[in-house]
Amino acid sequence: MQADGMVRPSLTRALGAQLRRDLLLVFRHPQDVVNPLAFLVMVTTLFPLAVTPEPSRLAEIAPGVIWVGALLATLLSLDNLFRGDADDGSLELLLLAPHALYFLVLGRALAHWLTVALPLAVCAPLLGYLLSLAPAAMGALFLALLIGTPILSLVGAIGAALLAGVQRGGVLLFLLVLPLFVPVLVFGAGAVSAAQQGLDYSGQLAILGALLALAVTLSPFATGAALRITLS
Amino acid sequence: MTSPLLLRATNLACERDERLLFSGLSLELRAGEAWRVGGANGAGKTTLLRTLAGLNDLYEGAVERLGRLCWVGHRAGLKVLLSARENLAWFADLNGLQGVDPDAALARVGLRGFEDQPCLELSAGQQRRAALARLLVDPAPLWVLDEPFSALDVQGVELLVELCTRKLEEGGALIFSTHQEPAGLPLHGLVTLQGGQSRCEPRHAS
Repeated sequence: MQADGMVRPSLTRALGAQLRRDLLLVFRHPQDVVNPLAFLVMVTTLFPLAVTPEPSRLAEIAPGVIWVGALLATLLSLDNLFRGDADDGSLELLLLAPHALYFLVLGRALAHWLTVALPLAVCAPLLGYLLSLAPAAMGALFLALLIGTPILSLVGAIGAALLAGVQRGGVLLFLLVLPLFVPVLVFGAGAVSAAQQGLDYSGQLAILGALLALAVTLSPFATGAALRITLS
Repeated sequence: MTSPLLLRATNLACERDERLLFSGLSLELRAGEAWRVGGANGAGKTTLLRTLAGLNDLYEGAVERLGRLCWVGHRAGLKVLLSARENLAWFADLNGLQGVDPDAALARVGLRGFEDQPCLELSAGQQRRAALARLLVDPAPLWVLDEPFSALDVQGVELLVELCTRKLEEGGALIFSTHQEPAGLPLHGLVTLQGGQSRCEPRHAS
């Protein structure tokens, strides 16, 4: 009955448990995944109706529309990233766990990306087709979203952590993290536009990659510190 | 002959919203000791316990934790969409606990037959029991419990007193907050918080 006194903290075991828990939660409450995706689909399908059904003009705005839609969809889902954990007290257990908060936060961002942003990136080429995006740009769209959306998850986590203790922090979260999202939007949409015009887009992807490296190394520290402030 | 020290707080002070909760608070918690934190609502009991557990960074003074601790807070720390068993398994994995039998621990706290129910469907008292099951799977020598008796029925209170007594006999220590002194639990110290003043009285258990 009583545990036999053995404690062997293992980071891989902890991260595996975190990921399993987050995926299980999404499985039990699929709205968290479906809502951002539905948002992106709605935004992109409304544009041909509102602007013009003419393929050449649609193709011109397609990279921007899809990127803005994906960015806002991610932002909408970020609000709840740590709020639930803060409300039910499991955040306290996370902070007391014998692991560097850096990795646990990284795991949380990874789970968010897997469940929210990755489906967006996978569906985006389909929506590009809807907006008559040039077939040559489909690959660029997918790649740019694949590299760009984890930055959104990681950077957004900082804001979500700061506001986890604040009820109705939604608008504040927008104000906090939207300026940090702008470079991702500029280079992400830029890569797709370049690809559509038959230009080389590896430069934009390289910059996105650099931003991702920066976000992976630095943002979990900020998120961890923000979580400690939130709980204090 | 003194038993090993598990927790030492020196000259703790904490202020919230420009209101002093406690200051100059020092205490030493040794193996085999149970301390109670008392005080009116809003006196700072929770803040003190969170500070001792390492969940509050906004304080003055020093807290020394000589060993692991297990925390059960006012919030249960349960994901309501997951079952009690899943919650407990997550906790065990997170902390690297070995040889954990979640079902046995849940049965011990009176949740046999409720292991697979999402915690959402459990009553407040049952959720508290599910949270207390963490104490059974975690061999940490020190328990820090915030209002552990709230929402528990008579049998639940008896059970928790029994678990605490067992822990003390095994050489553990605990510090907890309650309004009423639980019957049957030997206390070795009392911290009283009142209007920014704090009093720590070691007490020799009979």
